[in-house]
Amino acid sequence: MNRFSYHRAGTVAEAVKALSDEPAARLIAGGTNLVDLMKYNVETPSTLIDVTRVEALKGITETEDGGLRIGALVANNTVAYDERVNARFPLLASAILAGATPQLRNAATTGGNLNQRTRCYYFYDIQTPCNKREPGSGCGAIGGLNRIHAILGASEQCIATHPSDMCVGLAALGAEVHIAGPTGERVIAFADYHRLPGDSPQHDNTLRHGEIVVAVVLPQGSQGYAGHYSYLKLRDRLSYAFALVSVAAALEIEGGVIASARIALGGVAHKPWRRQDAEDSLVGRPADDRAFAEAAGLLVSGALGHQHNAFKIDLACRAIVRALAQAAAGTPQSQTDKRIA
Amino acid sequence: MPAHAIVGTQTVPIEITLNGVRLSLDVSPSTTLLDLLRHDLVLTGTKKGCDHGQCGACTVIIDGSRINSCLQLAVMQDGKSITTIEGLAQDGVLHPLQTAFIERDAFQCGYCTPGQICSGVALIEEGHAVTRAEIREHMSGNICRCGAYPNIVDAIEDVLVQRGQLQREAAE
Repeated sequence: MNRFSYHRAGTVAEAVKALSDEPAARLIAGGTNLVDLMKYNVETPSTLIDVTRVEALKGITETEDGGLRIGALVANNTVAYDERVNARFPLLASAILAGATPQLRNAATTGGNLNQRTRCYYFYDIQTPCNKREPGSGCGAIGGLNRIHAILGASEQCIATHPSDMCVGLAALGAEVHIAGPTGERVIAFADYHRLPGDSPQHDNTLRHGEIVVAVVLPQGSQGYAGHYSYLKLRDRLSYAFALVSVAAALEIEGGVIASARIALGGVAHKPWRRQDAEDSLVGRPADDRAFAEAAGLLVSGALGHQHNAFKIDLACRAIVRALAQAAAGTPQSQTDKRIA
Repeated sequence: MPAHAIVGTQTVPIEITLNGVRLSLDVSPSTTLLDLLRHDLVLTGTKKGCDHGQCGACTVIIDGSRINSCLQLAVMQDGKSITTIEGLAQDGVLHPLQTAFIERDAFQCGYCTPGQICSGVALIEEGHAVTRAEIREHMSGNICRCGAYPNIVDAIEDVLVQRGQLQREAAE
């Protein structure tokens, strides 16, 4: 780990200013990803800005229009076991509990989960080329070991995936990301927060210099999915592993007919993967496997496999159908009993 | 090392409560809590396994939450209360889970054991695990390469049963 300065911020404004003033500074809260990256010399910050004392980033509160505001500092486990989250947005709780371990979820924060980096082996190994870590150096994963890599939305520069489970749930629920920066505050849709790699894979998201995430807001309108949801995660071991493919599925069903649908995929792209046409295709249809398979086909259309990950395309289709069936039946995937019913 | 990295070598004063004892310390920003415990304070019960948050051997309890101490910076613990394996016994009496680990032979080499026990103590306090399957899932952050898992689950189950949090299941 390199040596760095330590700055304990007391307010959002102070954190924004410290981050704006120093290009090589990094925010730290839970530290579960950043400290790890520093031990591998992937991150070598000049200054760490500790935001864990900033009161405005804490707590889960009701919004005026009936949604829930989750402060950027709220720990993953605190969100997962919150009664309001479980009653109104159980998909999010399930997605969080599918990831990491109790120890990591106790430390890892909501803002940090959004901003965690890929777990691509080549990104972590500074002896190998990686356009995300060192733009222009090449991509070790293309033509290398790429079992865990992207099948959708990748580029010739980068096939890394975003590793989060929580973000897949947030994407499906249509959350908002509240941001503070040098020029004030702004709100962006979750779908616009993370980005595809394109020609600049060094940028995971659309934050501008000096901006920080202050909260994630779950909209009142997504509470209608609390009755029909499932988070189905498939991985190489039953617990504490990143997704090969995960599916956040949410339905509103009226009189046996699908009134609205949300489907987001994890483990397959540089961001949680949604397609409006796949979700629209389900509306007005009976909740059956035929409709689900058509939606799955639309959601993975254009998928491109590499040497070790082409299996994910078929796996994703099957997982989408299964997760939608679980959601329709009101029997969400258990995150303890991993048998898939 | 880039030039910008040669800054911040100064230490920072912090106060922590460690196993019930208030301590005033000066720590380097780049010292992890695990290294502070083991190297500076010579509390070597907490173990360094992977040093990357993957094995759980370094698990300690911070303000009631089980946390991987290898991924925590010591400087950020200012004001916090930390319990390590050395702080679980009270007045010379082992914590019930420590006793259960001995009775159930829940370790072989013992290297992961302090982390397993700290994690298990927190699991019991959390109250989310009330079946054997849930105990296993909620202990997934602690690796035991000797493979003592069945006995570790037995030990935790014993304490949950003692506390009325779990009814023992029929043999699996």
